[in-house]
Amino acid sequence: MQILLPERNQTPLSGDQHHLLQQFIAALSPEQAAWVGGYLTGLVANNLPAVAGADDIADITILVGSQTGNSEALAEQMHSLAAGRGLKTVVKKMGDYKFPQLKAEKNLLVIVSTYGEGEPPDTARELVEHLFSKRAPSLKHVQFAVLGLGDSGYEFFCKTGIDFDRRLEELGATRIHPRIDCDVDYESSAEAWMDGVLNELSARLETKSQTAELSPPSLASTSVYSRKHPFPALLLENIVLNGRGSIKETHHLELSLDGSGLTYEPGDVLGVYPTNAPDVIDALLQTLHFDGTERITFDEKDCFLYDALFSHYEATTITRPVIRNYALLANNRKLDQLLHDKQKLNDYLHGREIIDLVSDFPSDSLSPQAFVDCLRKLPPRLYSIASSLKQHPDEVHITVAAVRYQAHGRDRKGVGSTFLADRIGEDATIPVYIDHNTNFKLPADPATPIIMIGPGTGIAPFRAFVEEREAVGATGKNWLFFGDQHFETDFLYQAEWLRYLKNGVLTRMNVAFSRDQQQKIYVQHLMDEHGKELYAWLQEGAHLYVCGDEKRMAHDVHAALLKIVAAEIGTDNAEGYVVNLQKTKRYQRDVY
Amino acid sequence: MTELTPEELAKRVEVERIKDASNYLRGTLVKSLQDPLTGALAEDDTQLSKYHGIYQQDDRDLRDERRRQKLEPHYQFLVRIRVPGGVCTPTQWLEVDRIANTWCNNTIRLTSRQAFQLHGIVKRDLKKTIAEINAALLDTIAACGDVNRNVMCNPNPYQSRLHAEVYEYARRINEHLTPRTTAYHEIWLDEELLSSTRQDEEPIYGKHYLPRKFKIAIAIPPGNDVDLFANDLGFIAIAEDDHLLGFNVTVGGGLSMTQGDTSTYPRLADVIGYCPKNKALQVAEEVVKIQRDFGDRTQRKHARFKYTLEDRGVDWLKFELNRRLGWNLEPPRPFVFEHSGDRYGWVEGANDTWHYTLFVPNGRILDTEDCPMMTGLREIAKVHDGDFRLTANQNLLIGQVSSKRKPVIDALLEKYRLANTHDQTGLRLNSMACVAFPTCGLAMAESERYLPSLLDKLDVIIKQAGLENDPILIRMTGCPNGCARSVLAEIGFIGKAPGKYNLYLGAGFYGQRLNKLYRENINEEQILAELSPIIQRYAQEREPGERFGDFVIKAGYVKAVLAGKDFHW
Repeated sequence: MQILLPERNQTPLSGDQHHLLQQFIAALSPEQAAWVGGYLTGLVANNLPAVAGADDIADITILVGSQTGNSEALAEQMHSLAAGRGLKTVVKKMGDYKFPQLKAEKNLLVIVSTYGEGEPPDTARELVEHLFSKRAPSLKHVQFAVLGLGDSGYEFFCKTGIDFDRRLEELGATRIHPRIDCDVDYESSAEAWMDGVLNELSARLETKSQTAELSPPSLASTSVYSRKHPFPALLLENIVLNGRGSIKETHHLELSLDGSGLTYEPGDVLGVYPTNAPDVIDALLQTLHFDGTERITFDEKDCFLYDALFSHYEATTITRPVIRNYALLANNRKLDQLLHDKQKLNDYLHGREIIDLVSDFPSDSLSPQAFVDCLRKLPPRLYSIASSLKQHPDEVHITVAAVRYQAHGRDRKGVGSTFLADRIGEDATIPVYIDHNTNFKLPADPATPIIMIGPGTGIAPFRAFVEEREAVGATGKNWLFFGDQHFETDFLYQAEWLRYLKNGVLTRMNVAFSRDQQQKIYVQHLMDEHGKELYAWLQEGAHLYVCGDEKRMAHDVHAALLKIVAAEIGTDNAEGYVVNLQKTKRYQRDVY
Repeated sequence: MTELTPEELAKRVEVERIKDASNYLRGTLVKSLQDPLTGALAEDDTQLSKYHGIYQQDDRDLRDERRRQKLEPHYQFLVRIRVPGGVCTPTQWLEVDRIANTWCNNTIRLTSRQAFQLHGIVKRDLKKTIAEINAALLDTIAACGDVNRNVMCNPNPYQSRLHAEVYEYARRINEHLTPRTTAYHEIWLDEELLSSTRQDEEPIYGKHYLPRKFKIAIAIPPGNDVDLFANDLGFIAIAEDDHLLGFNVTVGGGLSMTQGDTSTYPRLADVIGYCPKNKALQVAEEVVKIQRDFGDRTQRKHARFKYTLEDRGVDWLKFELNRRLGWNLEPPRPFVFEHSGDRYGWVEGANDTWHYTLFVPNGRILDTEDCPMMTGLREIAKVHDGDFRLTANQNLLIGQVSSKRKPVIDALLEKYRLANTHDQTGLRLNSMACVAFPTCGLAMAESERYLPSLLDKLDVIIKQAGLENDPILIRMTGCPNGCARSVLAEIGFIGKAPGKYNLYLGAGFYGQRLNKLYRENINEEQILAELSPIIQRYAQEREPGERFGDFVIKAGYVKAVLAGKDFHW
């Protein structure tokens, strides 16, 4: 049957959806097509949730604040599950949310992530500020529940979720289900929370009658491969981008997505499931006086301790839950004391790993099972995608800095980065999935200018951006800022940038190499130096993107931006100008 | 100089267009130096930088690796420092040493034209490097490019009084033919010399400079270590009782050729007459101007003065030169050349002074575990009150050492293991290789990095034949451009491809005859198999005093090359 689907940009579909629908339609007989048409029409009439219109108040609002897209994916899942129970929900992004609407909410489900040192996502900042200000409304009529997302490897784990939970209560709202703080292995705990919340809501709300036998389609997944079912991607290429003599070791990896049905857009993120380094596991087992052949139960299955540690558990990073779990078992007075002194605990955790914990505070009665039960699951590692599918069909590229250092007398290595750098043989596959990041996207209009700031591996998504802009023949100007240590060895993708400058795809590029001269120069200094032009670009409607190190770079870049704007329109107006950039999605960040 | 119409310019080669548009060698060099995105210069500027003594190169060992790493080639620069006649002061030596260890690859290369070469300078350090060289009262302008290059003069240690007088001519000719453009001072030294009343002009060169590089040397017989006949213009010093009278003038030498193009060939200069010493500068200027006006600017590989001469004839040249001089050259005076190599160790000069010639393998000054030569020379320079002279064979002469200071220098030579560097076979002492890989963009095969290990194997054959004390000229270049003058070697190698060389035999021992292709495109095993029986036969059958280059012709291995035109035939 010959049906031509309109081009994707003329439909509301994502790239994946468009692709799958095209495949699906092509295989249909006329009878099948007629049935599917009727079915979908009925489904929409009965069941499709309202699209988030500004004034549309549903029974339940799912308010989502996302940095990399995980929260949004959970919100979609919640939305589907709710629909399955006949509950009408609307998903709203915090960045788009109109504050006066708070008063009108009945049931508010907050799904929000925390990143860096307890920071809210960029899109959530304003709402957080509003809630914590004197202007925050009374929310006595509101019922709420909070799901926080975070990484227990950081000190202020799930802080934004905790803040929401506390503040909503302070404002008089009623908590209908306890908050959950989800770690990087969030799937099962998030699902349990959703079940619990929906049970509560179902009991409280009069459920509308539904065509119950129809299970609603999931909007989120379009490939059979997902975070839960990663695709085994073949490694095509592994190149060190740093020239000889560099102290950096940045790998460019090219993976095949052939046959996966996975698609992505520039700005999306690749999730990678690593394994631990065998020498790290060996050393840990030795310290614990285990030999690895002990049997344990993992995920209701019986397996060797070694295999479980190798593939399934975080065997290096100490999170606070892990150290607390271990303390309960170890029965070690010194460890208990440490846990009660926040400053000392912070100092201890700095640069230490699980092997240090078990060797500094040994326990003579620890069973293999008890030990692994202390640990958290090995979470996938996320890497900003460095390629455009349009230039590299069926491939995905990432840029990975191999992390290796010495601390407390031991050689340390980053789990994900050294897994990718060292331990993927030729013809080996890597379990991967795509994490769609709607908060880091090229402007819809290809004529819009963009400014990209990406030092170090922060350059990765901008390789994808520029490849995409070239592939679609975008007419908008492109300005790239890059920085690293040394020009000769650390100018990542230099030959490609020079080509783009020559053929005009890149309009301009500024580089800072911090260690090539006496005084250290970073990207923010370059911004400063070209502040007038940068502001002029913003005035022309340019979108500004920042990717890379969160702690130092992103803050310094933000400060530089404020300074540049302040120089043009005054300090008093600068903050508002930049906030407005964020609000209108013209200032987007992918920082870690 | 007259302006060219676009049509006229279009007939010329690309480099002529670049020169034309360069505003007296400025081009866009300043902008190129400031571009932080690349370690290279803009393409046109890579031609112009040569006139400032700077070659853009890249580390060819890393070229492919870096391409895969998505990095541009590892661009770096060679800076050639002019040293007229090869003479510099100990203070200048110390400065060159310091610069080499600050901005370069910690080595100094002595060239076959008595210049210093510094390698491995990255673009952002280039300006500082040039400025510091100038601060040491040395310069780099016109060390490369289509202009007159460093004027050579043999550092004759036997006749120091005569040398001093002849050297003065080398210095003055060098000075007289230096480009007048102020671009060099503007770009590298931040000096603004132009104003509304002072504009750039090039009274000798004009704005298009020469069609091709131009080389001048002065020789003091019986030494021909400068290989005078390889130069576009040569002066043979004619003296009486150690006093300079004048010069025989030679024209039309040049060694470079293009691989696979037999219309290009090396050519030795013709002796065309004699001029009194006070006319030397005028002769030099007029010969240069003749080449400026008649050289072929439409084909770069046919642009050297030797082709102008071949195309128009030596008689035409004499006529044209005499016409321009306004007087006639006299008939050449008799002279005898006897050698073209260096004499190592101490030699006593005039006025109670001594000279020490140090064997520097391939002209590369560096510290190795076996021999801390760079450190040793630095320590010597700190106490030395004479001069240093770079020889045309890439060796170094520590000159004008007073007999009082001699023991001090001796002790330092001993201390830094420099006293016996010439304890080698005559073959190795007369060896010379060009730089080639990894920096030279023209090289097709290794040279400086390979010749020493080939010599290790040839030395075995030489020693078996009992020839360890016999000087034999052996030279290697990585391409046919002839930096190490391989076509003037009794055993010459020209690189064809990695590990493959053309083998040439039969040049004259004192630079009077070109060699001839003997075997093409052979590897080391074949080189040794070819040379071994010839060396053995030479040892057994040679007449007393017969040179290796003469013997191979007599024995019928190759024909004697009597004129450059016949080199390929």
